[in-house]
Amino acid sequence: MTALEPVIGLEIHVQLKTKTKMFCGCELSFGDPPNTHTCPVCLGLPGSLPVANAKAVHFGLMIGMALDSELAPRSIFHRKNYFYPDLPKGYQISQYDEPLCLGGKLGEVRIHRVHLEEDAAKLIHVGASGRIQGSDESIVDFNRGGTPLAEIVTEPDLRSAEQAGEWLRLLRTTLRQLGVSDVNMEEGSLRCDANISLRPVGSSELGTKTELKNMNSFRFIERGIRAEILRQEKILKAGERVTQETLHFDPSSGVITSLRSKEEAHDYRYFPEPDLVPVAIDEVMIEAARAAMVELPADRAERFEQEVGLTAESAAQLAFRGELGDFFEAALLVGVDVSAQTLANWVTVELAGRLEDDPANALVTPQALAELAGLVASKQVSVGAGRQVLDRLVAEGGDPVAIVEIEGLAALDGEGDELAAIVAAALEANADAAERVRGGNPKAIGPIVGFVMRETKGRADGGEVTRLVNEQLGI
Amino acid sequence: MSATDIIGLSAARAAAQIAAGELAAEELFEAYRIRAAEHVAAGLNCFTWVAEGASGGEAAAPLGGVPLAVKDLFCTQGVPSQSGSKILEGYEPPYTATAVSRLTAAGATLLGKTNQDEFAMGSSNENSAYGPVLNPWNRERVPGGSSGGSAAAVAAGLAPWALGTDTGGSIRQPAALCGIVGLKPTYGAVSRYGMIAFASSLDQAGPLTRDVTDAALMLRHLVGRDERDATSLTFPEEIALPNAERLDGIRLGVPKELTAGSAGADGEGIEAGVLDAFRTALNRAEELGAEIVESVQLPHAPHALAAYYVLAPAEASSNLARFDGVRYGLRAEGAEDLLDMYTRTRHDGFGAEVKRRIMLGTYALSSGYYDAYYGRAQRVRTKIAEDFRTAFGQVDLIVTPTAPTTAFKLGEKTSDPLAMYLNDFCTVPMSLAGIPAISIPCGLSEGLPVGLQIAGPAFSENRLLDAAHALELALGFDGSGARV
Repeated sequence: MTALEPVIGLEIHVQLKTKTKMFCGCELSFGDPPNTHTCPVCLGLPGSLPVANAKAVHFGLMIGMALDSELAPRSIFHRKNYFYPDLPKGYQISQYDEPLCLGGKLGEVRIHRVHLEEDAAKLIHVGASGRIQGSDESIVDFNRGGTPLAEIVTEPDLRSAEQAGEWLRLLRTTLRQLGVSDVNMEEGSLRCDANISLRPVGSSELGTKTELKNMNSFRFIERGIRAEILRQEKILKAGERVTQETLHFDPSSGVITSLRSKEEAHDYRYFPEPDLVPVAIDEVMIEAARAAMVELPADRAERFEQEVGLTAESAAQLAFRGELGDFFEAALLVGVDVSAQTLANWVTVELAGRLEDDPANALVTPQALAELAGLVASKQVSVGAGRQVLDRLVAEGGDPVAIVEIEGLAALDGEGDELAAIVAAALEANADAAERVRGGNPKAIGPIVGFVMRETKGRADGGEVTRLVNEQLGI
Repeated sequence: MSATDIIGLSAARAAAQIAAGELAAEELFEAYRIRAAEHVAAGLNCFTWVAEGASGGEAAAPLGGVPLAVKDLFCTQGVPSQSGSKILEGYEPPYTATAVSRLTAAGATLLGKTNQDEFAMGSSNENSAYGPVLNPWNRERVPGGSSGGSAAAVAAGLAPWALGTDTGGSIRQPAALCGIVGLKPTYGAVSRYGMIAFASSLDQAGPLTRDVTDAALMLRHLVGRDERDATSLTFPEEIALPNAERLDGIRLGVPKELTAGSAGADGEGIEAGVLDAFRTALNRAEELGAEIVESVQLPHAPHALAAYYVLAPAEASSNLARFDGVRYGLRAEGAEDLLDMYTRTRHDGFGAEVKRRIMLGTYALSSGYYDAYYGRAQRVRTKIAEDFRTAFGQVDLIVTPTAPTTAFKLGEKTSDPLAMYLNDFCTVPMSLAGIPAISIPCGLSEGLPVGLQIAGPAFSENRLLDAAHALELALGFDGSGARV
């Protein structure tokens, strides 16, 4: 059997950071007491009518521009009809066959469409099951109901779980840079479903797909997609067929369960929402969206490469993780005498490796990192000692110069006697290695340098140690 | 002034007398309150709720203290607003519909809520969960619907005037069957905010009044853009009180598609007595200087009813989804799970006609059928609007009988929904086109009133009211036969 290739498309829901809800004047909120941000419209009371939020349309246009979509001069809202307690009108106002934005591209992934809709309310199921079946009671909080959502649908251009995760990070950064959403997966302002199918490598036809619903962290998305690819692979290799269905991935158990099959799929009875008028986009709205655009990750990467002089890899790392890019630019502004590439390495390798969260919330400041990079570049602190200083900065914050002083981490001066004495001790302790170095094998220096570093707790500069070794061995 | 004299005043005259200090608003309100209260679940059954006292009603305001009857489906804060349905029994909204608050802001006082067909679905008022309304001209007959309670209350002198809604004829047809004036404005002229929806793209609020001047007066205070209704529009001019007495130079189109006599037993076409009264009115119009144009055509109008009974139920099936027992209104007890709760609630809460239309509409919107039904009906709707545009290039206004028959007997058509739907034959085309139309009484047939419908282009309400006013004067219809 030929090898199988995963084909993945994503559907991303983004809560827009407008002041008010999509179709009424209630303020958006998170974490407020239940049902304190409601009105006749978002409660679906009899007689109430929706009015579209102009700011949400504005944000939608910005997203369309950032994704290089075609902005529809005229788009309309539809009703998507189904019954559920979190849907007070019995239908969701969404866009269907005439969305706000069509087509587009972000990175290597094509965009199918972007449309606007309203979020459902939040259901809390009381009782052991935690789901609506078997719960003692279910409580509805309508604070979230009616929050503006942009739904972004990609073409099936992704080929692995890792690639999907990476691309989603790029999208998140793009949206965050635009300022249209908090894009926080834990709080639900960014949600992702994945359509997954497999096909023989080289085939251009699509296999039967499944839809994996609502994975609420980047880790779960990658794990969920991986698990679903494995599941489908097993089915296909056994000569069976994949069933088209909607699936739920339980991140704690890793188990994938069916929510509903194609036969059970809803007939949403879409029809044009008669309570709203078409969204007609004019030059003024397009100009306003254009004026609000900021530098996007792809453009930023190019600037980092062309103008700042970073390698393509560093430029992409800093641009696609915008928070790292921001930190880098702030550090660059400090004006310490260190090359931009060196500073970039400190951010992408050393700092990123030590931080889980957004560095904007970290104790270490761009100023401190820049100063530390300067101390290392001027050889006042060795690279190894510099890493120790950064550990402290990440853990406690503070001033690198002070930490170096208190901890005694200043580089040992090659001109002084202290380092020369330690090198001499190292040569004595590693006589074999010293002999081989003298015999013309420079690689044999490892154990000698290791000895020195141990003795100096990393304060010695590697180059300086080599120089002294050679000097003392008379090379 | 005696109570009888007070009841005899039109709304405009009552307002003028209050403004002049000749009549006390409290006296006026009390005279009507006592009369209306006798017809809640009794008598004509045209009210579902009557106020205990007047609220608001600035004497200095233009409608200073004139009591207003309001169709049940308008949301009125803290007052039952049940849309004729059991599923909303006792429901008191936390807000008031824009149409109602505009009239009360202009000085009208809320007299009571009027009975109606459930969710405005019906032409006889027999579909109300609160019992049928009786026609004050003959209590064995229906008042028409769905604004049957509003029409009967005005005809019987239980209210000076009433607010109703019209989706396919629900103001005009009951006005015709009760011998009063009913006006459906241009779609978008009056805010729908707070009207419990039947079919959103068709629903319009409008006046049911004793005469054309009252209709103009109420309309003046109803129209206008409302930020809460995205489909509402700014009315391009002020509504004037009509004063025309002649129809000189006005071309009245009589489309044969909507004015043909009944040809056979299929029930289609216009009843002979209705046609007689209609033709007599046309003669009067000619005497007033109008030109009668019989050659005007509305070729797609005969398909209007079929298109309407796809589009309106389709929208209704979605509009009524919110009545699910979760947040307000009826919730059936003893349900086993969510689906069972939904099913039982809607089974118990909705009447037969509402269920029929929800099923029709659900079917019409189903995947695989959408194009054949909803899509096609929309295309018919477009064609009908084009027909009217073409016709209004040829004539100023279009006239037809309002309803094919006079008031029919209670129970006569309840077992035959299609016969019932034919009541809307002459009124539905204007609803689909979104244009204004007024019904005025034009005579009696076997002791029962006949309505004449006048339709015009969008926002032609002033011209419509002027023509109706001139004809009203010439026809001199006497509605006192319905007073109780």
